[in-house]
Amino acid sequence: MPDTLTAQAATRTTAWKQTALQGWGRSSLSPCLAARPERLRELRAALEAPEGRTLIAHGGGRSYGDAALNTDGAVVITGRLDRILGFDPATGELVAEPGVTFADLLEVFLPRGFVAPVSPGTSHVTLGGALANDVHGKNHHHAGSFGEHVLWFDLLLPDGRMQRVSPESDPALFQATVGGIGLTGLVAALCVRLMRVPSNALAVRRRRVRDLDDFLAGFAAAAGATWSVGWIDALAGGASLGRGVLETAEPAESGLEARPAKARRFPIDAPGWLLNGASVRAFNEVYWRRVPASGQQVTVPYRQFLYPLDAIEGWNRMYGRQGFRQFQCVVPPGPGEAALRQLLETVAAGGNASFLAVLKVMGPQGQGMLSFGMPGYSLALDIPARPGSEAIFARLERITRDAGGRIYLAKDSLLSAEGFAAMYPRADEFRAVREQVDPNRRLSSDMARRIGL
Amino acid sequence: MSDTWLILGASSAVARAFAREAASHGAALLLAGRDMEDLEHQAADLSIRYGVPARPMRFEARDLASHAGFVAECRQHAASGLLNVFLAFGVMPEQAEADADPAVAAGMVEANFTGAASVLGALGPVLEAQRGGTVVALGSVAGDRGRKRNFLYGATKAALLVYLQGYAARLSGAGVRVLCIKAGPVDTGMTWALPRLPFMASPRQFAAAAWRRAGRGGGSAYLPIIWWPVMTIIRLLPTPIFNKLNI
Ligand SMILES: Cc1cc2nc3c(=O)[nH]c(=O)nc-3n(C[C@H](O)[C@H](O)[C@H](O)COP(=O)(O)OP(=O)(O)OC[C@H]3O[C@@H](n4cnc5c(N)ncnc54)[C@H](O)[C@@H]3O)c2cc1C
Ligand SMILES: NC(=O)c1ccc[n+]([C@@H]2O[C@H](COP(=O)([O-])OP(=O)(O)OC[C@H]3O[C@@H](n4cnc5c(N)ncnc54)[C@H](OP(=O)(O)O)[C@@H]3O)[C@@H](O)[C@H]2O)c1
Repeated sequence: MPDTLTAQAATRTTAWKQTALQGWGRSSLSPCLAARPERLRELRAALEAPEGRTLIAHGGGRSYGDAALNTDGAVVITGRLDRILGFDPATGELVAEPGVTFADLLEVFLPRGFVAPVSPGTSHVTLGGALANDVHGKNHHHAGSFGEHVLWFDLLLPDGRMQRVSPESDPALFQATVGGIGLTGLVAALCVRLMRVPSNALAVRRRRVRDLDDFLAGFAAAAGATWSVGWIDALAGGASLGRGVLETAEPAESGLEARPAKARRFPIDAPGWLLNGASVRAFNEVYWRRVPASGQQVTVPYRQFLYPLDAIEGWNRMYGRQGFRQFQCVVPPGPGEAALRQLLETVAAGGNASFLAVLKVMGPQGQGMLSFGMPGYSLALDIPARPGSEAIFARLERITRDAGGRIYLAKDSLLSAEGFAAMYPRADEFRAVREQVDPNRRLSSDMARRIGL
Repeated sequence: MSDTWLILGASSAVARAFAREAASHGAALLLAGRDMEDLEHQAADLSIRYGVPARPMRFEARDLASHAGFVAECRQHAASGLLNVFLAFGVMPEQAEADADPAVAAGMVEANFTGAASVLGALGPVLEAQRGGTVVALGSVAGDRGRKRNFLYGATKAALLVYLQGYAARLSGAGVRVLCIKAGPVDTGMTWALPRLPFMASPRQFAAAAWRRAGRGGGSAYLPIIWWPVMTIIRLLPTPIFNKLNI
């Protein structure tokens, strides 16, 4: 073949365009240059951001805040790198490009009796994004976070080298990258061990919970459950503070007839007034009453239990043009219980129409230097972005910090640098690794700058 | 007995989506292109997701001398059923670049037209001999009428269409169906950096529509369908008006 042709084929670079990206909460618009590599060769080329700009990876864009944004910098969208590269049914070991999503895993592997060992609340998350936030699922209390199930990953370092990193080969780089919000390099492939399940369905138990104490007792009683999650009516105050629904689930021995997923689309940006105290209160009331007072047991497909919100595509538009923010923290047991009460009271008092709040029990500390997971309770709330909501976040941050808890970076857009320093004790270890792999700070994000990394 | 789809230019985003579509219907895949690393990844993906055989093959459209050998190799590796062809390779440098550099212009004609004609020519006897099969090639709405913005690219696609018409006529006796898709904008690397284009299809939607259309027979077809009325109007615009438009 003529040499010129070979040369031409190999020098293909990746195209950049000026665009604006948003986090899932849509509370701000971030202008940047973006590339969207279609394959590995283009990912390598994208490492060379134009005009000496800094760079950050952007997966499924399901982080609520600014973890995957880089205002006036460069952003590499990795979703098109979606090939499954290897699977061993004997061990469940999967090798995949970073843009493979949890939806892909469900579609391809559930029929073969495997699911992701840890799954966030939406299937549109990519494996690269799951690694970078060391995400957790409704089974964190015994399965830990995503990084626990990762055997190795291929990391494209800021200097252009590709390195295979495992907990054995390079523990520091492994721990800095798991939960490292994309700041150590671009993950080009990863190996994760899937979990065997007997069928495509789950046996789910639901019961109404009167108040927060009832919830904590319920979780303690359900410590042996494979999955557990609590939905709290965040507008209920006084004696019913913390009332809600507790769900636990176990793999069902026999499955359901497989039906293709069908999502409805949220059609428009809802007007800002739609979500007011009254409408949310009514919704939450219905949600609570849906579960009979005597409890309920149902068999449902994995999708429905793990990804309930995926049934409505683009549901984030429900909060209107101004968008919303999510607050998620974990607080340790003991002091955390009072903190949960304070957090719920603060939101209820602010009259902030948070739809359902989610309460989970968390298990072991994640191995990542910036991993969120630690023993205790995790509480997540949506709060519409309105004048005054930032002040509420400041109060929530204070309460979390005083209780010895931490705020989840995957959801965050407001945490202060001081708050971050207090909540993430291994931040200096993280900085040291970053100094080694990226001394010139070619990788950066709005979040990294905000929290002082 | 399973059929095979030979994907020419298999690293193209549209081709990748089409290969998944074909694999999901049980076809074996021959993935022909230049980025062997990417083709290896794709072959793994297709065989794991859909349980079909998938094989990377080196293919350079502009290396005309290699095409006969390439086709022989394809025959050797195809599954026992019919061989079908999806032709997706192509380049679209900016018109200004092609105007300034004759090598760029000639390179585009070679890749989009000469290369396509050459490899299809070499495949013709194989298709004829098997008495059946489908050929789908990616033309473009740009081939309907020469526009200021990209008439050299459009010309290569118009030439491809005319070639395919005659090719279809020749192979029709052997029961081979030939379809030229006049594609509207698809959201791929080719269009990523361009200003916002109307009626953009995702590769997945496009591939699903292409698969369905190919099942209905040969000829030519606009995809997405909306381009049929749009291009009908654009073709009918009087020249003085058309020339004033900045499209
Ligand atoms: C409805 C909903 C429910 C959720 N439920 C949960 C939950 O239950 N548990 C939980 O833990 N989280 C949950 N999340 C948050 C979500 O799991 C995380 O924000 C996750 O990181 C998003 O991944 P993504 O693919 O969308 O990546 P993005 O949000 O686009 O990016 C996330 C981070 O990953 C980095 N990144 C992405 N790809 C790469 C790559 N290839 N290489 C290096 N870095 C990369 C980015 O730089 C960024 O720092 C939920 C989010 C939503 C919208
Ligand atoms: N995207 C659109 O909006 C659109 C609209 C109308 C028509 N089309 C047509 O649809 C087809 C696919 O387009 P796409 O959008 O998927 O573009 P793409 O991702 O850029 O794919 C084009 C492919 O063609 C290959 N190719 C180019 N020159 C080649 C050569 N000399 N030999 C072998 N392979 C060669 C490239 O291979 P390398 O990776 O090795 O470079 C690449 O994989 C093209 O024919 C295009 O003209 C696209």
